[in-house]
Amino acid sequence: MASHFDVIVIGGGHAGCEAAAAAARLGAKTLLLTQRISTIGAMSCNPAIGGLGKGHLVREIDALDGLMGRVADVAGIQFRVLNSSKGAAVRGPRAQIDRKIYLETMQMTLLGVPNLNVLEGEAIELLTKGGAVVGLTATSGVYACDSVVLTTGTFLRGMIHIGDQRTPAGRVGDAPSNQLSTSLLSHGFTLGRLKTGTPARLDGKTIDWTELPRQEGDSVPEPFSYLTSSIKTRQVPCHITRTTEAGHRIIQDNLHLAAIHSGAITGRGPRYCPSIEDKISRFADRESHQVFLEPEGLEDDTIYPNGISSSLPADVQSAFIRTMPGLSEVRILRPGYAIEYDFIDPQELNAVLETKKLRGLFLAGQINGSTGYEEAAAQGLMAGLNAALRVAGKPPFVLGRDQAYIGVMIDDLITRGVSEPYRMFTSRAEYRLSLRADNADQRLTGLGIELGCVSDERKHSYVRKEDGLQRTETLLRSILVTPQQASKTGIDVNHDGIRRSLFDLLAYPNVTVEMLTANWHAVRSVNETHLRQVAIKAQYAVYMDRQSKEIAAARASDDLRIPRDFDYSLVNGLSTEVRSRLSHVQPETIGQAGRMEGVTPVAVTLLTVRLKHLSKRQAA
Amino acid sequence: MTDTIFALATGPSISALAVVRVSGPGVPSIMLKCCSKELVPRKATYCRIIDPVTDELVDTGVCIFFPGPQSFTGEDCLEFQIHGSPAVVVRLLRTLGQQSNARPAEPGEFIRRAYVNGKMPLTSVEGVADLLEARTESQRRQALTQAGGHLAGRAAAWRAQLLDALSLLNAEIDFADEGDAPVAVQSAVRSTCQALVQELHLAVSNAARGEQIKNGYRVVIAGLPNAGKSTLMNALVKRDVAIVTAQAGTTRDVIEVNLDLDGFSVVLSDTAGIRDSEDIVEAIGVDRSKKTIAAGNLVLWLADARGGNPELPDSGPPTVRVASKMDLSKSLPSWADVGVSATDETTLGLLVQRIGEHAKSAMAGEPPLVTNERQRFHIEAAARQISTFMGDEGMPIEILADELRRAASSLRSLSGAIGTEDILGAIFSRFCMGK
Repeated sequence: MASHFDVIVIGGGHAGCEAAAAAARLGAKTLLLTQRISTIGAMSCNPAIGGLGKGHLVREIDALDGLMGRVADVAGIQFRVLNSSKGAAVRGPRAQIDRKIYLETMQMTLLGVPNLNVLEGEAIELLTKGGAVVGLTATSGVYACDSVVLTTGTFLRGMIHIGDQRTPAGRVGDAPSNQLSTSLLSHGFTLGRLKTGTPARLDGKTIDWTELPRQEGDSVPEPFSYLTSSIKTRQVPCHITRTTEAGHRIIQDNLHLAAIHSGAITGRGPRYCPSIEDKISRFADRESHQVFLEPEGLEDDTIYPNGISSSLPADVQSAFIRTMPGLSEVRILRPGYAIEYDFIDPQELNAVLETKKLRGLFLAGQINGSTGYEEAAAQGLMAGLNAALRVAGKPPFVLGRDQAYIGVMIDDLITRGVSEPYRMFTSRAEYRLSLRADNADQRLTGLGIELGCVSDERKHSYVRKEDGLQRTETLLRSILVTPQQASKTGIDVNHDGIRRSLFDLLAYPNVTVEMLTANWHAVRSVNETHLRQVAIKAQYAVYMDRQSKEIAAARASDDLRIPRDFDYSLVNGLSTEVRSRLSHVQPETIGQAGRMEGVTPVAVTLLTVRLKHLSKRQAA
Repeated sequence: MTDTIFALATGPSISALAVVRVSGPGVPSIMLKCCSKELVPRKATYCRIIDPVTDELVDTGVCIFFPGPQSFTGEDCLEFQIHGSPAVVVRLLRTLGQQSNARPAEPGEFIRRAYVNGKMPLTSVEGVADLLEARTESQRRQALTQAGGHLAGRAAAWRAQLLDALSLLNAEIDFADEGDAPVAVQSAVRSTCQALVQELHLAVSNAARGEQIKNGYRVVIAGLPNAGKSTLMNALVKRDVAIVTAQAGTTRDVIEVNLDLDGFSVVLSDTAGIRDSEDIVEAIGVDRSKKTIAAGNLVLWLADARGGNPELPDSGPPTVRVASKMDLSKSLPSWADVGVSATDETTLGLLVQRIGEHAKSAMAGEPPLVTNERQRFHIEAAARQISTFMGDEGMPIEILADELRRAASSLRSLSGAIGTEDILGAIFSRFCMGK
């Protein structure tokens, strides 16, 4: 008799950790199955978390009580808010991470999660019955289950390239999962091939730091998690070096040896994370590229040279690296490499990341064609929550494009598919002004409480903060000021006789929180964090009104659901091409259909008309 | 809240009548402001149609008010039956577009509303579905082909500029930490946008003047006083436009009318007779006539068939010498290209044929840029959104980007959406991004 779990998560990377913890938080009996327990929470590429768009994702994961933000706050060794000179909507928190602390903290945290079991083993085959997942065969045994979350990262038929050297591997030192790929193919999933790369690792003891410019973190580090009050880990700087003409020549002379350029790799790589050979051949006129030397840990001398991922032969990489300032004597701990792996076309998924072909099978992370720890973790969270909700027979939890970057990402993936590894950018979010890193808790924690995935500790702190924000806003709205009074305090508004509230005044670009506290006693009694938060709200208030109109219009079409197995041949007037696209993607709502490539407004109208009629007939 | 929508319900070409349909909550207010008489539900009322902003007369015509739910769409509807001249139609659509919450209807939107409001059974909807597709496809083709690819080409250029600006802004926002990102892009974006707004304004100002129609073909009826110019004009138009009397020098101003001649949009101008006059008013008229002739595409130079060879203007557009009052003459004078009599349909038909030939040869390859009100509406919206921030140097970058995003969505109807992928594509092709 096989042991039974509600949810089995395969893979212990960033998607797997969040998926397992999220399912368990909702009360599902959960198993996390991983090839090696000791690598759970490993950061396989760059030692950093967050950034623009990515930092937004971490905050959203945290707002739903996910793990990444809290763990990164413990392991962060250099915190910086990117774009701090720009508006709040486009600021993104980022931190350099101590790899070892992160992995250990993540493993400790998972150990403490109730309902969660962790086992070592490699998944071999999915067991199905009647179009649904019912279990799993692994090297460690056979398990029965209701839902499976697959988070295989780069392990599905992973192939590492260094020059003309090819090694099957999921990551350096780890075996790939090839049998699972075969199992997935047998269920009819469309597998594609993507590639990504990582740079060489350097020995920091052999770098001459004296001449290299330093890059410090923020003087007061801003944590990721809404539950972290301050950062306690020691903070360190990064350094910056640059490529040289001599180095460029070495690359150009050896370009034919790179796996990417020699044609050995067929998968598509990310444009925003080009290898150094790509940068040099595509932007030949640039004399130099910046390279960031990032520490991998406080007790670790390994340095991650950010910006020079490469699939050139090891000796060429090393010759090239030694042409950079500070690195002439550097010892290379291990060469960079490119890795090719299988992914499943995310158009095979519905909005909760469940495959349309096999019910109960959820996919998250790089297997869906995304890249990045944060993107993976966010999908893991959503897949884990929904896998557990499915087992409990509860309605699914979907975030809209107007609610979260998570919603934008999942909608992008399932609606448009991927042609290169998908990374989050703030420019992907049409409602960027309202989806900010500073208000992720206000956007999502309430939903999480309703869903039941949020701890009491977070719930209490959220309710307290909401109450404080409300009081602060009410106070600022209640204090009315004439133009004369305003100009006495140095705030210049139109002398039109209209009384404005302090909240309204905060929308003026040159009005600061400090000006208010200096001139109005009542404002001084308010918690400063709350005051700053309400000030951001005030600054964007006028745009929010406009945006809410846009959102309402988009929502209307997202509320119109298209039934599963809808027969598009019944809709008169659709072109064959549009019909076949729609049948392939099977959009869940009219809104999603409208966002698909090649679906015209007319097609959407025809579809709407047909659906409205169907629902009317059913109601009658 | 539902928008009020409007559209030309009849075909886009020149015809005797055109019907413009309006549907939505704004109908009662539009009716009050634009119709000179009070409308009784479902009763055809002949009245003047006014542009409430300028108080100008748009046209006179028949207006019918259908209060919802007893209307085509189930909402309050208003129907304008006006003269089927594109210039009049454009003027009315523009007037309607200035009303709050009113906008040109999307393709199929009237039918969609009718369906949603339960006014149309499924069979009818399915019946129109094919039609709808065909109609819009032809609209799309019309927008692209009728404009000879001209608008499409321009729209692609606008799109490229907008893409350029957006990608610069987003590169600065999204790749701020990646070392190779461009910095201080705002002045570059500003100048791109300035140029773009100018182009958009230019395109719209042409459209607003009904340039596509007036550009069509300008035929000027000119000649010596009392040659029968106004009589000919009236005969061609078949209605009383110009004041026609037998006294020389009656037509003191230039009178214009749009009409369909042989399937082509033609602007016919009747001018004051050219002669040296002591009368100041008449002299002004003569001066205007000369200007009109200079701006024309074709001049019908009229002279009494019983008179001698008329003197032609020194320079100007191609001229057809027309001998008038042929009913009073025995034969076509040798100087004349063609002879007409206002009372003889056959001679009028020959003249129309002659004009048609000239128009045809001249109009090939001169497509208008903006061919409909919908395009104009969206171009104007885009120009407005882009110019929102032009004045304010301190506007934060994310707000600039949001305005441009909105402008891009306004231009969507012209040239297809600018997706995130396009913007990212532009970024990656121009800058070396990525650590």
